This record gives sequence, structure tokens and C-alpha cells, in this order.
Amino acid sequence: MNPASQARTPDDDEIRMIIEELRSLEGPLLPMLHRIQDRFGYIPPNAMPLIADALNITRAELHGVVSFYHDFRAAPAGRHVVKICRAEACQAVGAARLAEATLERLGLGWHGTTANGAVTVEPVYCLGLCACGPAAMVDDKVVGRVDEDRMASLLAEAGA
Amino acid sequence: MIIYVPMDSAAKALGADDVAATIRSEAKVRKLEVQIIRNGSRGMVWLEPLVEVDTGEGRIAYGPVAPDDVPALLEGRMETLGPVEEIPFFARQTRLTFARCGVIDPLDLADYAAHGGLAGLRRALAMTCEEIVGEVTASGLRGRGGAGFPTGIKWQTVLGAEAPQKYIVCNADEGDSGTFADRMIMEGDPFSLIEGMAIAGLGVGATRGYVYLRSEYPDAIAVMQEAVARARAAGVLGARVLGSDRAFDMEIRVGAGAYVCGEETALLNSLEGKRGVVRAKPPLPALEGFFGRPTVVNNVISLATVPVIFERGAAAYARFGCGRSRGTATLQIAGNVRRGGLFETAFGISLGEVVDDIAGGTASGRPVKAVQVGGPLGAYMPREKFHTAMGYEEFDAEGGLIGHAGLVVFDDTADMLRMARFAMEFCAAESCGKCTPCRIGAVRGVETIDRIAAGDARAVPILTDLCETMKDGSLCALGGFTPYPVMSALIHFPDDFATRKEAAE
Repeated sequence: MNPASQARTPDDDEIRMIIEELRSLEGPLLPMLHRIQDRFGYIPPNAMPLIADALNITRAELHGVVSFYHDFRAAPAGRHVVKICRAEACQAVGAARLAEATLERLGLGWHGTTANGAVTVEPVYCLGLCACGPAAMVDDKVVGRVDEDRMASLLAEAGA
Repeated sequence: MIIYVPMDSAAKALGADDVAATIRSEAKVRKLEVQIIRNGSRGMVWLEPLVEVDTGEGRIAYGPVAPDDVPALLEGRMETLGPVEEIPFFARQTRLTFARCGVIDPLDLADYAAHGGLAGLRRALAMTCEEIVGEVTASGLRGRGGAGFPTGIKWQTVLGAEAPQKYIVCNADEGDSGTFADRMIMEGDPFSLIEGMAIAGLGVGATRGYVYLRSEYPDAIAVMQEAVARARAAGVLGARVLGSDRAFDMEIRVGAGAYVCGEETALLNSLEGKRGVVRAKPPLPALEGFFGRPTVVNNVISLATVPVIFERGAAAYARFGCGRSRGTATLQIAGNVRRGGLFETAFGISLGEVVDDIAGGTASGRPVKAVQVGGPLGAYMPREKFHTAMGYEEFDAEGGLIGHAGLVVFDDTADMLRMARFAMEFCAAESCGKCTPCRIGAVRGVETIDRIAAGDARAVPILTDLCETMKDGSLCALGGFTPYPVMSALIHFPDDFATRKEAAE
């Protein structure tokens, strides 16, 4: 949940420690993947065989799980992740226009990262801020009633 | 003086943290004795950050408050909204599930107990399993997540199942646009959900519970995790619930951004660490749920309503409502509205009264064109259907669904063909892929709507036929209900589908 901020080279032993801490849970896989991504900013390739081995599942099955969920990344994101809500309640107050303008200003498509590596822009389908849209989230911080000016200052703060 | 500044994420999104920090620093400068309590939201989102000041004569509301307003606020020069509970939007409500939300410090267990909390759990501890389940059945409570299945019957099925381990799973994967009641109660009164789950555990003989909470709600996750830790430390959860010989404990689990995991069987797969793929039913989760064990899967609001049913009695709860929809609906008024937020009221109020009167029409001041009720899978209701009463059967009879009772209001600038296309696009993106009508149908749906947009009138019957197939042939509500927004847009707003055709001709 704390994307990108501390992406660094993942170490097998550190991954093993995370796996060990969580393996006694009922259904430990998602908690493991979240913890690993929190630590490294993505699910590093070397984590895959370690997890598959510890949980006695095939690598194909594990790949199926990791790739199923929008949250899990195969590569690190930018230093900050800006999520813009695309869902209906925000659309009712101009979210589609805001998203288009933001992507155009940055010259990115959805999931794109700015050239300086500062910001990755992602769509999100509802942040539960449906009475104060358009809504966005910068890393874990929620922002409501975002217009183009507000977005510009959020992006500037994030170093885009 | 006590000053309340909400820590609800809608309030935070509108600057509540900055306001709280400014109050702290400005009070210091003025050498004022101020206690700041971060409460939940009262649900009047258009007034957020809504600050309440209590100088010993009740809680006086101010809002929206910006950091610049703080000096005036502290010096009593800011214009007031009056006593918070006399604001018409609030005064008109019947608050049962949300009785404490916005009133108490969400993480203060003593404050919770002082406002009626734990009374329901204490009462349940003195009852047999059958009596507990009977009480829920008598209350008429139905699933607030959307399906409206009677909660008591679900609990009865789990109670009747024999197994070495049973589970209570709370569905907090509130992915529907226009809904935020789950988020609000988890951030504003988390112990009510914990208490509800504990009562459910006592009722069906389950000793373990999980809350499957979506990752898009980082604030709710933090509050729930802290609340569970405090409840455990205080003996509300654990081997001896409130000092009894009954055990119940629970954990918060975080989702990973898949909308379909709001479907109960996909949720269970996800919780088990699998892809969030829908399971065929039967077997029902009540008999073979989490890891194949009998499992109660209930929505947040359903479970958070259980304590008040036990505190005040099933009959008191069932007195509210209309027809087979008993108790209160926690309406979430969203989108393009003047007064958006959470409005809890007895079932039976008309859609038009909510939209025109309570919400005050659109924020843009333009006429209301459509209201999508029940999330992305709910129908677009035109003004001609504003007489519809908020109730499960009542909405069904009008070709819609009440769902989680979220209302998204659109003004006359909304392009309904575009909204129909979005519904199909969303379904295609979020389909779990297990059944063909949903996985392939949604993709073809987008293409077919694009053909209509390009002026091909022959695509209209194809879209209608495709929607029939998706409705009848999909495994779950994602593929099965996507036709609701699509067909309601097509039927009620034919002009949005026709003008393009004529323009193209």
C-alpha cells in the first residue's frame, strides 16, 4: 500500500523472513504478497519460487494469482502513485475530463510513469469519496473535489 | 472546550487534517484549553470538514471549515450552522446503525460502551444460539450488500451445519461507485462491526472471523486494525468474550483491487489466497465456505446493524420500514448533488424525495437526468420512476435494484450511451473470466455500443439480445446485472442512442 517509496533490490533472505512470519495464517498468500510489495514496491521475480515453494503451489498457479489482482506489480512504480477515480459518481462531476486533461498534461497513458520516475498515474474504481468527487489518491492520501488546478499542484508536490 | 474534527476519509480528503493541526497551533497561541477529538463523520459531506465545538452547552456545528477560518472559529466569530443535530438533513434521519457514528471517538471503547455499545453483545451472551439467530430473523434484517437475503436464514443454515470450525466473514469489499456506508461505519464506529461479528459468532458457533477490506480504503484499514487490537486487549475478543466461556477472535485482511471479490464466493477464494474467481453455487458458502467450512458471509452494514437489534430488541428494529424491507436503509447520496452524504432512514421513502428534497437536486443546478441506484450494476432511473419507494421488492418491481442503497445523481449533461458503454467496459475489465457470457459478452457489449454510436441501428437488437444472454447465463451479479445499467440507459434515454445515428445518416 505504500507503493514505490522504498523500491530497492530485494534480498532472498528478507523475502524468506516475510514468508516465515506469515505462513501460519489461514490463507497466507495475499498477506505475503502485500507485505512483499510494501517492502520492495513490487513483487520481485526472485520472490516467486520462494513463495511457491513455501506454500506448495505451482509457479503457474502463483503467477495466476499475482497477475489476477490489479494491486500487484511486476515492476516498481514511480516514487509516487496518483490514482484518479473513474467510477460513475466521480464521472457525474467531471472525472473523465479531469483524467483526460491529467494524462494529456503528463503525456502518459493509464499506468504510465513520468520520465523522471516521480509519478505513476493509475485509474481506480471508487475510493468511497462519492459525495465529494472527483476523487484522487496520492500514495495513501485521499483528496476530494479535485479540479485541474488542484491536480496540477498535487503533481507538482509529487515532483512530476 | 472540546472540538470535534472528523477523521473520516471524506473529511480528510477535504482538508480535515490541516484544520485539526491549525486548531491545535492557533489554540496554543491563544493559550486556550482545547481538547481535539477526531470523530467519525456525521455524513453531511457537503459541509465537511464539519467541525463541532462543545463548550458545555451542546455541540455547535461549523462547516465547511478551512484552515483560514480557524482564528474566527476559536474567537467565536465564525458563522455557525447551529446545534449539529438540528441541521435539517440530520434531524430528519432515523439513526440506528449509524447512531454513534460522528458522535463518539471511534477508537475509544469506553465512549462506545457509554453510548450503548456492547449492550447487545452482553445480551447475546445470555442467550442460546437458537435465540440469537431467532432474534435476527425476527428483526427482518436482510443483506445490506445488495442481494437482500434474510440474514437470520443464512445464520440458521450455518448454525445447523456440523463442522469442527465455522467462520464469520465480513464483506468489506465495498467497490460499488456511489457507496461509502461501509467505509464510514468502519472509520467512524468500528466497534459496532466487531460487536456484530462477535454476536454472529456466538449465534452460529463460529470462533473465528475475517473482515475482507478493500485496499482502496487505507484509512478504514488502519482504524479497523487498531480497533481489533483494542477490542482484543479489552477482552471483547479472544478466548473469553467479555469474561464469558465463549471464544471469538477476528482479523482484518486486505483485498488487492479486484472488484469481483465483492461477490461472496470470489471473496472466499481470494481470502484463501487464490485468484478471485467466482464459485458455482451450490454449495452455498453457509455450508461450504472459507476452506470448505460453514461460513456466514455478511456485508459490513448488515453486521454493524446487529448490535442495535440486540440492544433495542428485534421488534423495535422491525417497527421501521415498509413491506418486507424492515428497519432502516443507509442511503448514500452521491455524484452531482447539492447535499451529498449518508442519510439513514426507514425503508419506504421515495426516490424522488431523496433526490429532490433531501439532496436538493444537482450541485450544478441543472435538471436531474438520471439516478443510478445500487452501484455500477444498478439501473439508471429516470425522473418518471422517482415515485419508487426505497425497498427491495419496490425497486425490483420497477426494473431496478436497491443494492447497497447508493444513489448517484447525474444532471442533463450526462451522455447515457457513454454511461452504458462504461458499464460494459467496466464489466470487461473486472470480469473474473470464469463464465463466457460475462468474459466475452462484456467485450462484445462495448463493440456493439460503439456500433450504435457510429450510427448502426441494427446493433440495437443485438445489444438487447446480448444483455438477455448475460442476464440469464452469467454465474454471478457482475455479468448478470451489467445489463441493468445498459438496458435502462437504452430504454429510458433513447435519444442518447438515436441522435448519433441520425447525425451519422
